[in-house]
Amino acid sequence: MKHRAFFWFILPTLAAMTLFIALPIVSVFVQSLYVQHEQVLVISENCGPFGCKQSTSVDIAATEKLREEAPLGQFNGLGTYSNRSHLAFAEVGAAWATSDTIDAFWDEVVNLPFYGALTFTLTYTAAVTPLVLLLGLAIAIGVNSLPSLLKGPSIFVSLLPFLVTPLVGSLILFWMVDSDGVIGAIIQLIFDDPNLSLKASATLTWTMLILYGVWHTLPFSFIVFYAGLQTVPLETLEAAQVDGATKWQRTIYVVVPHLVPLISFVTLMLLMDNFRVFEPIVSFSAEAHARSLSWIIFNDLRESGNPLYGSAGATSMLTILGVVFLLTPVLIRTWRDFKGAGRLGR
Amino acid sequence: MFLKKLVIAGAALCLMKSAAFAADCGPSGQSIRILASDFPAIHAVAGTAEENCSAGASEFTRNHTTEARQIMNAALTPNPSEYTSVIVANSTLTQLMNDGLVRPLNDLVEKHGSHLPKNLMITIDGNIMAVAFMANSQHLFSRKDVLAKAGVNEIPGTYNEMITAAKAIREAGIMEHPIVMNMKTGWNVGESFNLVFLAHGGEFFKAGTAEPSVNSAAGVAALNTLRELVEYAHPDHLTQASNETQAIWEAGEAALGIMWGSRGAPILDDEGSSAEVTSNTVLSSAPSVEPGGIPGATLWWDGFTISKNVSDAEAEATFAALASALNSDMVAAHNDEAVWLLDGFKPGAAAAGVSATAQGGAAPYPMLPQIGLLHNALGAELSDFLKGEESAEKALADVEAAYVTAAKEAGFLQ
Repeated sequence: MKHRAFFWFILPTLAAMTLFIALPIVSVFVQSLYVQHEQVLVISENCGPFGCKQSTSVDIAATEKLREEAPLGQFNGLGTYSNRSHLAFAEVGAAWATSDTIDAFWDEVVNLPFYGALTFTLTYTAAVTPLVLLLGLAIAIGVNSLPSLLKGPSIFVSLLPFLVTPLVGSLILFWMVDSDGVIGAIIQLIFDDPNLSLKASATLTWTMLILYGVWHTLPFSFIVFYAGLQTVPLETLEAAQVDGATKWQRTIYVVVPHLVPLISFVTLMLLMDNFRVFEPIVSFSAEAHARSLSWIIFNDLRESGNPLYGSAGATSMLTILGVVFLLTPVLIRTWRDFKGAGRLGR
Repeated sequence: MFLKKLVIAGAALCLMKSAAFAADCGPSGQSIRILASDFPAIHAVAGTAEENCSAGASEFTRNHTTEARQIMNAALTPNPSEYTSVIVANSTLTQLMNDGLVRPLNDLVEKHGSHLPKNLMITIDGNIMAVAFMANSQHLFSRKDVLAKAGVNEIPGTYNEMITAAKAIREAGIMEHPIVMNMKTGWNVGESFNLVFLAHGGEFFKAGTAEPSVNSAAGVAALNTLRELVEYAHPDHLTQASNETQAIWEAGEAALGIMWGSRGAPILDDEGSSAEVTSNTVLSSAPSVEPGGIPGATLWWDGFTISKNVSDAEAEATFAALASALNSDMVAAHNDEAVWLLDGFKPGAAAAGVSATAQGGAAPYPMLPQIGLLHNALGAELSDFLKGEESAEKALADVEAAYVTAAKEAGFLQ
């Protein structure tokens, strides 16, 4: 394609991406460099149905004046990134200096909100992604070898978890694992421990969230691989069969290599999605045991009644960095494949 | 006889009509737009205002949503703002005042609110910022039959008595987890700490500043009391808020609860529970540390505000409409839906707990501009202690560190 034609072809996409992706990210980054103005506090007498009390309140006029002079707030540079809610350099340094063992140091570090959330987010991503890839491929191959009469219904059933809204799906599961719910009660019965509670144990909560993640995203990888399986060249398969390859060998040496580009694609999507894990934490009320980076952003913006835009912006930028970091190996691989294919094409 | 009845009914109807017509609705032809939370008492007030004054208004809309707190600042910021009034509580009023989004009501009270009791005016430095109409607080719910079966003959008045009673119930083999509390990680666990902290005489901030002072003897004592209590609560307590605790209570699976007063009426009514539970549930003051001490509760009021960014005529019409709803007829029609602070309220069984808690001298929820940040820090950092992974001092140090970080960003600390 000529460069000119390519340019006009890509222009609408490029414009939309700049407008809806690049500019918002830039604005979030700018916001993350600022903190709010000093709140001018005054002491006032505060009266109500329960009596009078001296208390502080914000001097609106004075604070408003500061805001008008500099609407973005006070410039804080990268201060928000290095504070306790984010990378917490000072706190990590102090933990290193005061703790005797690596274990104690690690306890101190994961006690910090950002590192605690990062630990769960990475664990979740590292557990869910490969499981979903492998199981998705297995189910796709299984369904593909079913007699055609059964294929339709089994595809439908395999897609069901994807059709349930994440928030609703996880709420249903949350009620099922309640100690009065069907799963929770059965587990208590099996282990003969009436006090066993999935919701009260960190390990079990993490396991539950990971299992839910696998259950929910499995249909995505399944349907992509299933579509890919329809394009496996029959001649190659037959040739392999003639050469005496078993079904297992055909799968490993013919089918899987054929699906590699799709595997890269699914891995990319899964890494991005899993790194942003959020809804199950809220619907499982799992905040006591598991917090993710997205949950921190949500909490900063929503819970304090005084949205911390700078803090939320900084966490967002760090999340984006995390995604980029995770995707880099996959992207490099794709790029190499692409270059290789290009050379062959020439 | 029939005729007489008819005449009386007719006369009553006329009176009611004239009462409605007589409602003082301020300037006519104005647009009245109310944002409020979604529970029966708020519906009663806003609904009565609508009945009284929608005829004379060009528009009367009510948006009742549990998300009111989340959207109100954004909705009131533009000029003209989306709503002419927001119905708020202690904590949400500060959220609006921090951004200067509500107007002083002194002149409007003089003009249209002469019938309102003076103590309902939320006054800050002489400016009336809201008009309260109902109260709420946490307090103790007890099952007297279960207590009696365990050999406890008095309703607990202190935390120690509550813990002893819970122990007796467990040892009698009646219930393994007799206590329910709203301990869900986040706002609820923060609030549960506040209750016990205030009962121990704690102060959230160093006087006159935004410097936290929860990492104190009172804070440590409060956390230890809290842990002794949850020892007898269901292992899932860190996931339970009001809806869950109410359900546990109504299912008859708990015997001692610290829950919101506003849950009293739904628990005592004949829906969702058995007569065994409702007839034996006793509502009493929140427990204190020492007998007769400060009850472990925060007093809340709900009241209405008027937006700053609307025309004076709209503000006046909205104020007059809402003020017209605050009368003894409305209270009589909705007596059991809230603990009304208005004339004509007859405290029923459902109000006993809140009344006793208020009389015992419980503190109001602090109306400080930075309290939301501290509350959020408490909600996020205390669960490590309650899970048994941290000492009380470490958890409170974490709370203060998290609060200081947030307060610096919000401009309350430098």
